[in-house]
Amino acid sequence: MSEYDGHPNYELRCRECGRSWGNQPRSVCVECFSPLEITYDYDAVRAEFTREKIAQRPPNMWRYSELLPLPENFHPSLPVGFTPLLSAAGLAKKIGARNLFLKNDAVCLPTLSFKDRVVAVALSQARAFGFDTVSCSSTGNLANSVAAQAARNGFKAWIFIPADLEPAKILGTQVYGAKVVRIAGSYDQVNRLCSQIADEHRWGFVNVNLRPYYAEGSKTVGFEIAEQLGWRLPDNVVVPMAGGSLIVKIKKAFDELIALGLVDPKPVKFFGAQATGCSPISTAVKTGKTEIEPQKPSTIARSLAIGNPADGHYAIRAITKTGGWSEDVSDPEVVESIQLLAETEGIFTETAGGVTVGCTRKLVRDGRILPDQVTVVCITGNGLKTTDALAGAYEEQAAIAPKLVEFERYLANTLDVAETVEA
Amino acid sequence: MSITVQIPTALRRHTSGVGNLSCTAANLGELFSVLDERFPELKPHLRDEAGQIRRFLNVYVNEEDIRFLGGPTYAFQDGDEILLVPSIAGGS
Repeated sequence: MSEYDGHPNYELRCRECGRSWGNQPRSVCVECFSPLEITYDYDAVRAEFTREKIAQRPPNMWRYSELLPLPENFHPSLPVGFTPLLSAAGLAKKIGARNLFLKNDAVCLPTLSFKDRVVAVALSQARAFGFDTVSCSSTGNLANSVAAQAARNGFKAWIFIPADLEPAKILGTQVYGAKVVRIAGSYDQVNRLCSQIADEHRWGFVNVNLRPYYAEGSKTVGFEIAEQLGWRLPDNVVVPMAGGSLIVKIKKAFDELIALGLVDPKPVKFFGAQATGCSPISTAVKTGKTEIEPQKPSTIARSLAIGNPADGHYAIRAITKTGGWSEDVSDPEVVESIQLLAETEGIFTETAGGVTVGCTRKLVRDGRILPDQVTVVCITGNGLKTTDALAGAYEEQAAIAPKLVEFERYLANTLDVAETVEA
Repeated sequence: MSITVQIPTALRRHTSGVGNLSCTAANLGELFSVLDERFPELKPHLRDEAGQIRRFLNVYVNEEDIRFLGGPTYAFQDGDEILLVPSIAGGS
């Protein structure tokens, strides 16, 4: 694959030893095996990246292009991102908070999860590096997004998934014409296999050899939160954690905005959310460890079921250095929290969103998040993809005849007397 | 125990292109000693200054993360296939 010698504004650098790697499809430093990270020439972007200039741009994630690793002359094919930031008074009241906001990526375009952001950046680079096939290992949302955006942008797509994935996520990948390979194993095994495949095949794996570019797309969640709060940073952010990248990148986004003077410096606490059945990061935070002990996931929150999170070490650091915390919730709490969010705010989130809402409730209850603080809860996926999580949650309704008298009888049997009279 | 080891492409420039080798080792410590001896240039890439396995290097035995098998205490069995894989992972 072609390498190109750097864009004026960004390049790959090793997160640990600092070695520079220019721009190429590579995610690991050969010197020390550590992950590579995009660094920018902030002085070069300072003049263009101002509140005023950003305000004149269309409402999508490309309004922050100066802080994304995009090839020169890149023309986006989709208006990804800029999802609503909603004040959530109803949910807040239920959980004992007063200043709660929801960043709602359940309605991110084109495939209804925050993964659309990272894939959009990764595919821009896949084209620049000359790949004709893009690929990924995925627990579902990423699969949907790679397949859809590959179709839109004329790439072939090969998608590797654990065989037990939710049917809606498999169908929602196949429909775009992607080749779906089901692997009889856990996500961690699929991911390890993809590392080996990426070693042998000249494909653009968005979360392997394109990972440093891909991961930068997550920053747009942070940029949007700040802009939508009126160019202010919140006091707290609650973020679901699978591989641990999103929480790290939202922090990077806030740090960049501070460094460029777009927001006033302010300490923001980062809170991570996991399912108890797959909680390597929250376990490490709770036990004061700086390294991950891998786990074998067992949870309905399959989009978060990564037992060996690659960015776990950095996620732990983002949480502990900012005075945050990490919580985890059981599967029944996940379901309850999906219902709570839907009933209070009209947002149907997938299991990962249930994890985040459930953990937020615990964090408020335990006094780690104070009620009056501005707290943003990141909802990263859509409930229509994981309806099986709610199987059995609602009784099947018997049908009634299309007659008014039948309905009145039904009503009388359903409601208590007082309500019927009032109606 | 007689085992085989897969070296990822990224590291083969330190092994004169060797991507696969058979050797005898009782456990992870012995395997690293074998690799040190056979490929002296590889050593600093696998272990840090303190001699610890680098944080982002994962070791698999027959597709299983060695940390689930007891890590350094795991006794290799005849025919075990060892994979060295950088810790890069995707997400949901």
